[in-house]
Amino acid sequence: MNFQEIILALQNYWAKQGCIIGQPYDVEKGAGTMNPATFLRALGPEPWKTAYVEPSRRPTDGRYGDNPNRLQHYYQYQVILKPSPDNVIDLYLDSLKNLGIDPQKHDIRFVEDNWESPTLGAWGLGWEVWLDGMEITQFTYFQQCGGFDCHPVSAEITYGLERIAMYIQNQESVYDIEWVDNISYADIHHQGEVDYSHYNFEIADIKTLTTMFNLCEEEAKLVISKHLVLPAYDYVLKCSHLFNLLDARGAISVTERTGYIGRVRNLARMVAHEYVKQRKSLGYPLLKDEKLRKYLLADGEVS
Amino acid sequence: MVKDLLLEIGVEELPSGYMAGAIKDLKKNLVAKFEDKRLVYGKIDVYGTPRRLVIHVENLSETQTDAVIENRGPKKEIAYDAQGQPSKAGLGFARGQGVAFEDLEIRELAGAQYLFVSKTEKGEKTINLLPNIMTDLITELSFPKSMRWGNYTLRFARPIRWILALYGNELLNFTIENLNSSNYTYGHRFLSSGSLKVQDINSYFQLLNDNYVILDQNKRKELIWQQIKEVADKVDGSPMENESLLEEVTYLVEYPTAFYGSFSTSYLDVPVEVLTTSMIEHQRYFPVFNQKGELLNGFIGVRNGTDYNLDVVKAGNERVLKARLEDALFFWNEDTKLPLNNLTEKLDDVLFHEKLGSLLEKVKRLEKIALYIGEQNQLSTPSKITQAALLCKADLVSNMVNEFPELQGVMGRYYAIKSGEDEEVAEAILEHYLPRFAGDVMPQTDTGKVLSLAEKIDNMVGSFAIGIKPTGSQDPYALRRQAMGLVNLILETEIQLDIPAILGKAYQTFDNITLINNQEKTVDEVYDFILQRFRGVMLERNISYDVIDAVLAVPSNNINILVEKSKILTEFKNSAGFEDFMVVFNRSYNLSKKWNQTDFDENLLVDPSEISLHKAFAERKDRVIGLFDSGDYLAALNIIIQLRPYIDEFFDAVMVMVDDENLKSARLSLLKCIADLCMNFADFNKIVS
Repeated sequence: MNFQEIILALQNYWAKQGCIIGQPYDVEKGAGTMNPATFLRALGPEPWKTAYVEPSRRPTDGRYGDNPNRLQHYYQYQVILKPSPDNVIDLYLDSLKNLGIDPQKHDIRFVEDNWESPTLGAWGLGWEVWLDGMEITQFTYFQQCGGFDCHPVSAEITYGLERIAMYIQNQESVYDIEWVDNISYADIHHQGEVDYSHYNFEIADIKTLTTMFNLCEEEAKLVISKHLVLPAYDYVLKCSHLFNLLDARGAISVTERTGYIGRVRNLARMVAHEYVKQRKSLGYPLLKDEKLRKYLLADGEVS
Repeated sequence: MVKDLLLEIGVEELPSGYMAGAIKDLKKNLVAKFEDKRLVYGKIDVYGTPRRLVIHVENLSETQTDAVIENRGPKKEIAYDAQGQPSKAGLGFARGQGVAFEDLEIRELAGAQYLFVSKTEKGEKTINLLPNIMTDLITELSFPKSMRWGNYTLRFARPIRWILALYGNELLNFTIENLNSSNYTYGHRFLSSGSLKVQDINSYFQLLNDNYVILDQNKRKELIWQQIKEVADKVDGSPMENESLLEEVTYLVEYPTAFYGSFSTSYLDVPVEVLTTSMIEHQRYFPVFNQKGELLNGFIGVRNGTDYNLDVVKAGNERVLKARLEDALFFWNEDTKLPLNNLTEKLDDVLFHEKLGSLLEKVKRLEKIALYIGEQNQLSTPSKITQAALLCKADLVSNMVNEFPELQGVMGRYYAIKSGEDEEVAEAILEHYLPRFAGDVMPQTDTGKVLSLAEKIDNMVGSFAIGIKPTGSQDPYALRRQAMGLVNLILETEIQLDIPAILGKAYQTFDNITLINNQEKTVDEVYDFILQRFRGVMLERNISYDVIDAVLAVPSNNINILVEKSKILTEFKNSAGFEDFMVVFNRSYNLSKKWNQTDFDENLLVDPSEISLHKAFAERKDRVIGLFDSGDYLAALNIIIQLRPYIDEFFDAVMVMVDDENLKSARLSLLKCIADLCMNFADFNKIVS
């Protein structure tokens, strides 16, 4: 299976499970969790099922294209099932079989992993899924998001696409992954890794980025005060990415780190709060259980 | 009649670290419930695998034990009216208890008479009680972290997916939210398919076995270790013995198969600790050593399954480890590009504690304290101490320690050697964290000892000075461990330290930081805290509590003096003269303990016995004090023994509490002087003979 066949297989599989096949969100972000289709939709009582590819950026993981396993830009395949179905693990394992990974022929393990995102005020419990010792998936039951308890609880399945592809194609280096015939991962992304590593570690202008961070934070607050959820959230994402860039650039001391994270989390909480209020004022349109919908709408204030 | 009980809580993979606690708690909670419900049973076994927690109770009685229930009613005078007939209150109590009034008794309780009912409650059928007991057992089980899932409100470590509950061959029916108990189970996640009907409890164990689940954790653990040793034998190696790793692996698999994998010898250039930590922490592999104790370029993994297709599993694991070791090699190369002291500057960016400044400030404090200790005890040299202090935290900003925090100190030592630092300085970087736990190795070099003392003192003084001190079970900065390490190090090395003086010095090194408590309070509290740990350490060393308490009652700033005195007192307590000594002490102390004068006019003494007692005391006093001061405690105590005949004669001859106030005062003062002389050494009043 080449890289895009793997993606297509996952798209088909999860589409058959009733997921809305989403598209990547057009703002830089560190993980698929930050896509509003996860971060916001996991909040509140409305059911939601989606699956999408998410290009993700982690500037500190850049290795100038030299390391066979580390990238500052990579792809996640993200699935959100809300509420988490009782057979969610079976659904996941079937998706692996669908990729030609027969659990009987391998060693698949669910190893405890407590996921936490301090910048999003989110945490959950679940596992790293190991395929013959390699972590290929993060599996999380969201417990809190933006500081709000999640009810119902979403199951988040995040596949590491490059790792799965390396395994399936028996490649030692991420750059050798076959994207399609005669086109490798290196052809698509190697120069980007080199350029971005130079930029992230050496060129990014600390003063400019710091100013941008402060501007984006102000803009986020302004937009939140106007109750415009998605536009406000875009600026939260921008803050998060600018923070990651400053971090990679070595511009943030351990002391300052906590402060920056707190500032982004504060914005994320405000947006989450606005989103929860907004969905309620819209009458929870995705909630098809009429009795429950009326009951929840009659229920007191969003705190 | 009795039957077995079986409960299986089927779950999605539980965290291995929770298992031992959950198994223990399930048993404890069930025992308590059975006791509460008066249910008699033979034996309770609890088993755990990643996917199930299982309780097997043998010979659980089919009925509850009958109980005699006794309840107190109203007072007699309320229970009867003026005519001696049952009152409304009396009749009401009988009705409420479901007995005739005539069956009530009158009993006396705390001087008053009450109506009492004593009735036998027939035991209920166990099968009717079990559903509630099982429900509570499941819902009350707690974990370090628990979660919700789906639309439900139940909390557990991970989602519960099925519940099997049988009593004898009968299904126990109960429901917890969406879960209905059943007589079905599931086998190994990948090697068995679909649900399996359990005919009866006996066949359950065989059924699991046939479906690739080794239920009993002890058997599983033994099997894994046996497999690991066999695999290691084939390469003529021995696996690392690591109990916590073995336990973790035991709870990661239901059906283990160990296998050997290898990696390129080129990674062996990286320090052994890095390789083994990477194998253990990241991959849960067992490192393997050759007969010379050198690390082999291989590892032992344990698969959750059979040996089917094992080559593929092995190859996959080898590839993963290779990537991990590649990272480790990258970190090692990066970290060793520049000398270690380049990292020290970066410590200014790293907070030690928000109220206690950066790590760079801490390192500078350590330097001052360590130099002082070194100078006071003629240990190491100022240049070595300074260099070691400035380098000892540098590895905290290295790539490797960022990845593997548990390698702090270990990496610093390697990096110091690579940077061409003095050998003792390099050792001291590792040693300043020692001892990390009870029974851990102690620093061997003088620089290491001095720096280790300084590290612990700085941690304690800093925390206490800003009001952080351990309370009850709360000790987030592990200060008890710090104090214990300090005490053990001082005792092991027999180093003579004036601890309060050093604590005072340490306090002054915080001169650029705003503290909450003043020096006097901080030093007093920290030293008191250290002495409490010291008491514990002495008890562990089999010094009896009365001896240590007697010695602690006479303050010393040097705990090695307290050790010495405890040893002498223990020895003295078992010596022939001890009884005589205690007579001298007790007779002089008992009468004079509330007396607070020691000055008196010896001319007031009239009786020959008291004149000779005073003379005997006066002749010896200075010698005894001189011997105490020079540390010759036993000789001093033996001289005090000589006062015995004089004391006896004194008490035979005179009454102390006479009407003549002046004479009484002189006698009491004399006794007080003798008691005080004994108390110079220890508070003998605390001694239990």
